[in-house]
Amino acid sequence: MDGPHAVGYARSARGRIGAVARYSALVVAALLFLLPFYLLVRNGLATDAEITAPNWTFFPTTLHWGNIGELFADPSVPMAHALLNSVLVSVLQTIGQVVLSSMAGYGLARIPFRYSNWVLAAIVATLMIPAAVTFVPTFVVVSSLGWVSTLRGLIVPGLFSGFTAFLFRQYFLSFPKELEEAARVDGLGHWGAYWRIVVPNSTGFIAAIGVITFLGSWNAFLWPLVIGQDSSSWTVQVALSSFLTAQTINLHELFVAAAVSILPLLLVFVFLQRYLVQGVAESGIKG
Amino acid sequence: MTSRDVVDRPAPVADRRRSKRHGRQRTWPAFWVFVGPFLAGLILFTFVPIVWSAVLSFFDAHNTVTPTTFVGLANYVDMLTNSDFLASLGTFSVFAVFIVPTTVAISLGLALLVHRLRFARAFFRSVFFLPAACSYVVAALIWKLSIFNGVRFGLANTLLGLFGIDQVPWLSSASPPWYWVALVTLRLWLQVGFYMVLFLAGLQRIPGELYEAAYVDGARPGWQVFRYITLPQLRATTVAVVLLNLIAAYQAFDEFYNLMSSARGYPPFARPPLVYLYFTALGQGQDFGHGSAGAVILALLIGIVTVLQARLFGFGRRD
Repeated sequence: MDGPHAVGYARSARGRIGAVARYSALVVAALLFLLPFYLLVRNGLATDAEITAPNWTFFPTTLHWGNIGELFADPSVPMAHALLNSVLVSVLQTIGQVVLSSMAGYGLARIPFRYSNWVLAAIVATLMIPAAVTFVPTFVVVSSLGWVSTLRGLIVPGLFSGFTAFLFRQYFLSFPKELEEAARVDGLGHWGAYWRIVVPNSTGFIAAIGVITFLGSWNAFLWPLVIGQDSSSWTVQVALSSFLTAQTINLHELFVAAAVSILPLLLVFVFLQRYLVQGVAESGIKG
Repeated sequence: MTSRDVVDRPAPVADRRRSKRHGRQRTWPAFWVFVGPFLAGLILFTFVPIVWSAVLSFFDAHNTVTPTTFVGLANYVDMLTNSDFLASLGTFSVFAVFIVPTTVAISLGLALLVHRLRFARAFFRSVFFLPAACSYVVAALIWKLSIFNGVRFGLANTLLGLFGIDQVPWLSSASPPWYWVALVTLRLWLQVGFYMVLFLAGLQRIPGELYEAAYVDGARPGWQVFRYITLPQLRATTVAVVLLNLIAAYQAFDEFYNLMSSARGYPPFARPPLVYLYFTALGQGQDFGHGSAGAVILALLIGIVTVLQARLFGFGRRD
């Protein structure tokens, strides 16, 4: 899809100069955006001396692939365990949040109930309160449940997103009603219509929300930092941060660890970008 | 979003007929099967904490969440006269003043450039969006130990060295406040692509006839068309971007915490509200009373600002 106004003058000389200028600007900007990723890999495959050398060079002299093995062999760095925690938290949180929020959204959008507007108002009210301001009170509740430094404490409070439920409700409001009516005529109840008709026909939207949730969950820092007081419950982000502020920093291991930590997201990004873009466009505008 | 938006449900005719036939008792169990589990969790992990926090804010609550000493408004008075807490609000304001306009300008600029491309459009969109896959912690690591490494040589100091400029201690000195360069560029890198996607979506919704009409009327491609067609049509998106940006800036924590703290501790400058509350409530003293009072004050402040903005921009009005 071209910008409609590009058509009229693109063939003129002026348009061609404009196009060259545009592409040049974009290439420069793209290189700037990719530079930090390059630095991550460059430092991860360098030695500490090369990372901190007074005469810093753009390219390291040799690539030390052994850094990766060294990271996972280092007993003082709980990297493998932190990765496992992050995978568990992100996957379970994504599945749980999508299931709970889509059900709630469907119920709010489609099942008549006298007080559903009050329920919706209560959910919408939570959107006004920035999630990060509630971290002190939520910590108080979770710690009185005895969930500090547990996977439960990491995962469960993040399952209930008023924002996601609201997005699903808005989406289901615009879902074609005829499909469900047909299902009801065929004798399906609300539950049957939801599982057999609505969910299978909403995979695009569900994938979009799922990808966004996964991204947020994997990159979350404040809550895992607050709740992960014991290193056995650290996620990748907390583990990285703890190295960042430690007395002695093993720089090349730290950079390799950071590179490893963004690999899963880069894969998600490459394969599911369509859904990611759709999700951002939808959630951003409606938010 | 106003509460009125939520309340005036259109009540579809089919629903009303069905509920009359079966009676209301037939649908409320189904409603609770769908909404109940979610709502129970929301109550336990959002409503209960907020109420509990409001209660704690009136108590002396060090190291305990079931306090006994009622102190009235003392925690609030302490926080509102605490120069560190007030300074944290100032830090947020400075951050917002830097980050909101630059984010809008750069993400809109990139969106305009990418939108007009005839080929490689998906490639450039991906490149600018790619940092969204990176966490603040990882970005802080790259910024702190590679680009803005001030103690040793980093990329920035090496580049400045080419021009004969001395090493700059980017993150370890409050004056001159070079640390803002690192804080702002880090967030720009991470979030500009996200907002660019919002602007791209907005640009795609502008009907082509508007541009054709403008050209027929003699408007020149470029500034005039941008000023009188594109910009007004993007109003809703721009308002959304500004609001999302402000809310996100208010919650700034990750990059401040990771860029500024070290084994030696956290410097007193550059503490936004959340970093300050984190150290108050979960630092050595586990001071939940003052932490809760601070959280309540913040929530009220954000609420007031949000309402004012909604009035100002007419956000949430139905178009």
